Amino acid sequence: MKIESVNEFVIRFANVNGTGSASANNMFSKAVFRMGVPVSPKNIFPSNIQGLPTWFEVRVTERSYLGSRGDVDFMVAINGQTLEKDYYSVIEGGYFLFDSTKELPRSFKRDDITHVGIPLTRLCIENYTNPRQRQLFKNIIYVGALASLFDMEFEVLTNMVKDQFKKKEKLIPPNIQALELGYNYANEHYKDACGIKVQRRDNVGDSIIIEGNAATALGAVYGGATVAGWYPITPSTSVVEGFEKYCKQFRIEEDSGKNKFAILQAEDELSALGMAIGANWNGARGFTATSGPGISLMSEFLGLAYFAEIPVVVIDVQRSGPSTGMPTRTQQSDVISAAYASHGDTKHVCFYPCDPADCFEMTAKAFDIADRLQTPVIIMSDLDLGMNDHMSRPLVWDDATRYDRGKVLSAEDLENMEERWGRYLDVDGDGVGYRTYPGTHPTKGSYFTRGSSHDEYAAYTEDSEAYERNMERLVVKWQTAKQIAPHPQIKYRDKNSKIAAIFYGTTAQATYEALDGLAADGIMVNTCRIKSFPFHPDIGEFIQQHDQIFVVEQNRDGQMRSLLINEFNFGTKMRSILNIDGMPIRARRIKRKIERMLNGENVSPYTTVNSSVEGEVA
Amino acid sequence: MSYLRSTFRHPEAPKNDLGYTRSVYEGALSTLCAGCGHDSVSGTIIQACFEMSLEPHKIAKMSGIGCSSKTPAYFLKGSHGFNSVHGRMPSVTTGANMANRDLTYIGVSGDGDTASIGMGQFMHLVRRNVNMVYICMNNGVYGLTKGQDSATADVGSASKKGVPNLYEPMDLCEIAISLGSGYVARSFSGDKDQLVPLLKGAIKHNGFALIDVISPCVTFNNNTSSTKAYEWVRDHKEATGKIDLVPEEQEIVVQQPNQILETIKMHDGSMIQLQRQPNSLDIQSRASVLRSLEDARSAKQVLTGLLYVNTNSKDTHDIINTSDKPLNAFNEEDLCPGSDILEAINESLR
Repeated sequence: MKIESVNEFVIRFANVNGTGSASANNMFSKAVFRMGVPVSPKNIFPSNIQGLPTWFEVRVTERSYLGSRGDVDFMVAINGQTLEKDYYSVIEGGYFLFDSTKELPRSFKRDDITHVGIPLTRLCIENYTNPRQRQLFKNIIYVGALASLFDMEFEVLTNMVKDQFKKKEKLIPPNIQALELGYNYANEHYKDACGIKVQRRDNVGDSIIIEGNAATALGAVYGGATVAGWYPITPSTSVVEGFEKYCKQFRIEEDSGKNKFAILQAEDELSALGMAIGANWNGARGFTATSGPGISLMSEFLGLAYFAEIPVVVIDVQRSGPSTGMPTRTQQSDVISAAYASHGDTKHVCFYPCDPADCFEMTAKAFDIADRLQTPVIIMSDLDLGMNDHMSRPLVWDDATRYDRGKVLSAEDLENMEERWGRYLDVDGDGVGYRTYPGTHPTKGSYFTRGSSHDEYAAYTEDSEAYERNMERLVVKWQTAKQIAPHPQIKYRDKNSKIAAIFYGTTAQATYEALDGLAADGIMVNTCRIKSFPFHPDIGEFIQQHDQIFVVEQNRDGQMRSLLINEFNFGTKMRSILNIDGMPIRARRIKRKIERMLNGENVSPYTTVNSSVEGEVA
Repeated sequence: MSYLRSTFRHPEAPKNDLGYTRSVYEGALSTLCAGCGHDSVSGTIIQACFEMSLEPHKIAKMSGIGCSSKTPAYFLKGSHGFNSVHGRMPSVTTGANMANRDLTYIGVSGDGDTASIGMGQFMHLVRRNVNMVYICMNNGVYGLTKGQDSATADVGSASKKGVPNLYEPMDLCEIAISLGSGYVARSFSGDKDQLVPLLKGAIKHNGFALIDVISPCVTFNNNTSSTKAYEWVRDHKEATGKIDLVPEEQEIVVQQPNQILETIKMHDGSMIQLQRQPNSLDIQSRASVLRSLEDARSAKQVLTGLLYVNTNSKDTHDIINTSDKPLNAFNEEDLCPGSDILEAINESLR
């Protein structure tokens, strides 16, 4: 049985990297989008510049299921190295398009799929003389053939060629010719061979197609970032490259031609984050972009920014670890290392975007939250989101937006201040002190920033009580973070259902689709999409309401599940008894704490007598 | 442990052009060992800033980790300070400088913080030519961890532990010159007369300025077998010449007999005056100074004074063409392209 489908299928292109296939495949994807049908393209590429296998998958999805579906309905097999693997990956009833200039090996005898042979090489040799063109137009010819097989509007494709080569007009005719070559050949030889069709719809609304990293870069521009320190690493590189591109468009001073931004390529990730921290300390908005290995290297500086309370934004475009792992494949496996990065007791605010619009909004917002909390904010994107085109709601900006620079004292504030100012003094009860930028006032507001222990007035101290007060104030700040970071998206399919799913980032789309499928079978699963760490109390409540909860994520160890169990202290008989004052833990205090706990008293886990967070559960 | 400092200030203590006395430029009481060379260096920073009438709040004091990196607490109490992490002061200072080009950045580091853990950052800081003064308080030893050799210790030099160092030393001045630094000097914490004008020149310089100050560690590396001890340095130092920094309008001092007087104009119009022997090194030639440093090394001498100057130096902002206005002074009106442009971007993505 042939697969018959209108606007619901998965097509996979098997190419060799470095042959110009990605732009042709993108052209196909964008053409479907321009016919009003939602698409989800994914580039599955090697860590290599030229010569290794690469795949490009386009999911055509009338119902807007933008996650990866699984299985291949239609294969365009252009890469001899992977021909056999590609041949057998097509599902029953599917289609296999190949270059028929050379016959398929004799062993390729599937009778459950439809074979579509297009002599791509022969058509190129017959029609083009330039060797590079012979290579490139092979790709365009198969796009033309697909247009015939799927009954697509040919004009959409020719218009795309015209758009693409607006500035190189002489490239338009040979490209259109290539499209026609493929279209005509398929029309002549494979009329009605294909049961898969693309028909015009009006299902994309005002959506856009954009890579997550480009949206993140725009978020940094709109969020007012002026300083970027960075070190190239896949898959984050295009964040800073995008930032530079947009800055050059929108951030040049008209009169002087000078830049209202500074981008420095650092010698390593340590330096990259150091630059971003230095800039924020000095009152500019600075950020860096990296991936897992960079997060490992940046841990030291993240600890400094946490403890010295310096805002900074870090973009982590996650890839497959551990170590170098699979640098060009996606994962959500920095969840724990980012949340708890650095030695000592450290915790960092993390945001989990699931699509390009999230990337834009969360990045712009991250600068405000970082300033408000005076702490790092890490955007946890991933390779799938960052480096693939995604259909997304449009990016929106409210011109009334004013940057929230948090608690910063001006010269006038300092002048009018009657009480003694303490950089780390919690006067508002939210755990966040008031800071000053260097150079603000001739005689007031200078202080010493340090990663060593300090008191409320920023003076160095090794006093246990002062140290502990500071650490406990940072816990108060952590509570503040829960309220102002993006709240979770909780959806009840059935208020009475005791089954739930929790997920975040790019796991969202595929999970929502899977749960729609289960709902059709009568299994109602309520959902919670986590958008930020620290966890909002609503997430804890949601967990309490359900008996079975599936935590869906893209890593081996269930990192978000661990984080949830850890932070909410669920399902454990273990209670903490903690000593943090820098003195060795004392036997008498342990004994007294156990006695009080056994006695049923609601006491803090800290053994220190002067603990100010008695009653708080850690 | 240092001694208590009197709070008494003479009512007629001299004032600078801003009306400030020297005490305005002081810091908290030092907690370094009594006699530590670093405290003398702090004193010269105070002196130079006082004499130059710099606004303390327009200076940022940057440091890494180690004995030397503690010193910013002991000078310029009216300045913001940033005691960052070990070996990472260069990147933090780079970022700070990008945010506000109008401040004066004085970075203080040590030989461990610079020549070992921070070597990568140091070299790239020099390459980028960040506008700052970088003072390395160089004692050849790790003080806070009690006496391990550092990467600037000479071969055969032995600290208090008595074990001679086996490895080749790094010469920070040679490295900085070869990487294009436009102001490189070496001095000695015990020579205030030389260090104060060197510091003033460094502050005036546009771009990265290194002063490698041999600053003996009295506790772990001041013994007779050490080449970073007070005695050894006093016996083996040779100056490139006598230098002074003068504002443009000031009269040039009378020339010493048998010496030539060289006047080098800085980018802001002030001038460095160098009195030196004829046929000694040419401080505007990299080749000349590198040769002189090697010669001094062979002769077991420490060549001090101003080693190299390039008055045409372009700092990072000049190189990457940043606005004359500090980046931290821009607000959303200057930085945010607005909703119309965003909608046009959306349209281009459909």
